Amino acid sequence: MDLIRRHANVTVLLTVLFLQVVGLAVQVKRPAKQGPTRLIRLWSLGLITPAERAVVHTQNALVYLWRNYCYLRDVRRENDRLQEENLRLRLEAVRLAQDANQARRLQALMRFKETFVSETVPAQVIGSSGSENSRLIYIDKGAHDGLKSDMAVLSPAGIIGKIVGVGANYAQVLEINDASSGVGAMLEHSRLQGILKGTPAGETMLHYVMADEKVELGEMVVTSGGDRVFPKGLPIGRVVQVNPGPDTFLNIRVKPAAQLDRVEEVLVITKLDEQEPEFSAEAPMRAADILAQRLPGVPVRPPAAGPSVTPASGSTAATSSGPAPGPAAGASPSPGAASPAPRTRVNGATTAAGAGGTTPQTGLPKSVPQGSPPTSGSRPEVPGAGTSAPPPAAGPKSTPRSAGAAASPPGGAKKENPR
Amino acid sequence: MQISVTSSEQIQIHRFNWLATIGVPLLALFFQAYVPIYLHFFTILDLPLLVVIFFAVARRSPISGVLTGAVVGLVQDSLTHGYLGLYGISKTVVGYLASSLGVRLDVENPGSRFLMTFVFYLLHQAVYQFIAHGMAAEALQLRWGHWLLAGFLNALIAVPIFGFLDRSKGGI
Repeated sequence: MDLIRRHANVTVLLTVLFLQVVGLAVQVKRPAKQGPTRLIRLWSLGLITPAERAVVHTQNALVYLWRNYCYLRDVRRENDRLQEENLRLRLEAVRLAQDANQARRLQALMRFKETFVSETVPAQVIGSSGSENSRLIYIDKGAHDGLKSDMAVLSPAGIIGKIVGVGANYAQVLEINDASSGVGAMLEHSRLQGILKGTPAGETMLHYVMADEKVELGEMVVTSGGDRVFPKGLPIGRVVQVNPGPDTFLNIRVKPAAQLDRVEEVLVITKLDEQEPEFSAEAPMRAADILAQRLPGVPVRPPAAGPSVTPASGSTAATSSGPAPGPAAGASPSPGAASPAPRTRVNGATTAAGAGGTTPQTGLPKSVPQGSPPTSGSRPEVPGAGTSAPPPAAGPKSTPRSAGAAASPPGGAKKENPR
Repeated sequence: MQISVTSSEQIQIHRFNWLATIGVPLLALFFQAYVPIYLHFFTILDLPLLVVIFFAVARRSPISGVLTGAVVGLVQDSLTHGYLGLYGISKTVVGYLASSLGVRLDVENPGSRFLMTFVFYLLHQAVYQFIAHGMAAEALQLRWGHWLLAGFLNALIAVPIFGFLDRSKGGI
């Protein structure tokens, strides 16, 4: 006892160190998620996170006040800019929607199951681990908002991470560049799959891509869906460095698409639905259609007689479920076409308007079962009988986002078959 | 840069009221968790470590230094995704050595504070890496350049922070 009393300082030091080492060893031995280490974490987080919530929300209120009531000088200019951007995005959305529509139709044919994000919860970042050795952030939504462990967390630019701990009013998000993180990933174009892991320095590396594969710099890396946390196809980042690694794999460094060191608002995916894609016969307007609405109309020309010219009257994807008819089938513009009238392109084929797919009164397509063989009307029998007939009506017109309108030429599409 | 050996008679032991004892470490932990949301570069600083060094040196009691280091380190651990005890053990060691050093050296002037913080930061990193790699099997990444820079910055910022915290001291 005297020895201990004489060396009290060292004794206390060794005791405290011993207790912590034992505690650490127990955690390493039993890495349970909700083990005996939970209580001290709860206490600490209970102390820190309420203060962080209060500060962040006060700060947000002040910023909101400033932005909405005090700082309105550039609103008009910004409005113009946003309108331009809106138009550009609409055009892009139409193009993408067409691709998606086509993909969905093929998936429906193949009876693939597709994962949909059906519910999300927006959240505000209120804190971080504050450590270089742990890439963890805290958000202001928790179990009360329906959050659970292993839910995916995103930003508009790309994925952020996944939830690893949930309190009543907060949740811990492990970022993808943490050393203990792992995400199923694949290269967007080559479709090579691997696992994205963080490093102690906060970088992200794509592992397990074979060394004999060709990986391009700048190629996009997306989620593969294999980890059952992130839905397939979400952007992760771009390849910035490719080096031959140890063994037979490549060392691929990926720059995250989201700015992980400057995350303020995130979106948590709280519900994913898995279902077979339903292919809608309603095709969205194409970019050319939208543009055509905004351009001056083309003078009306009398419809050409004979079977070689079939007015575009609502032929859509429903009429084009068959294979591509080849370049001669509807792809060639009508000789009488006065303008580059748009054609409905589905599955790589330019379809013609056909009686089989269109009700003569309305120009709307009949419902055609998915995967059904092409109707006679869906395949242009006569070269040049595509939808590239001259537009019968002039002037911009608000085209409804319907199937019939989508395939119609701009500027007055609902002209019926002269026959 | 002044570093002077102090005789036992010259040593002044400081005490702190409970508000400073609890509030300052909590404030340090709060800033450490909050500021990096907006300034990610802030993670290079280790405010809890600075607080441990300050209290350990000012109290000049190894037991107090050990307990301060252990508690602050464990709370810092609980904010991370790692095992509890990595920061706890590192800061326990630093708290003990800092308080032992405070008994022997005059650590009141800026020069000695700068040097002391720089050395203790590197020691803290070394102990952390040793424990993380040796016990928790985490990947070892020796980033000496980064650690030297971080040590320098922590030491630089420690001087004004210690000067500010000196106001909370109460001598006995």
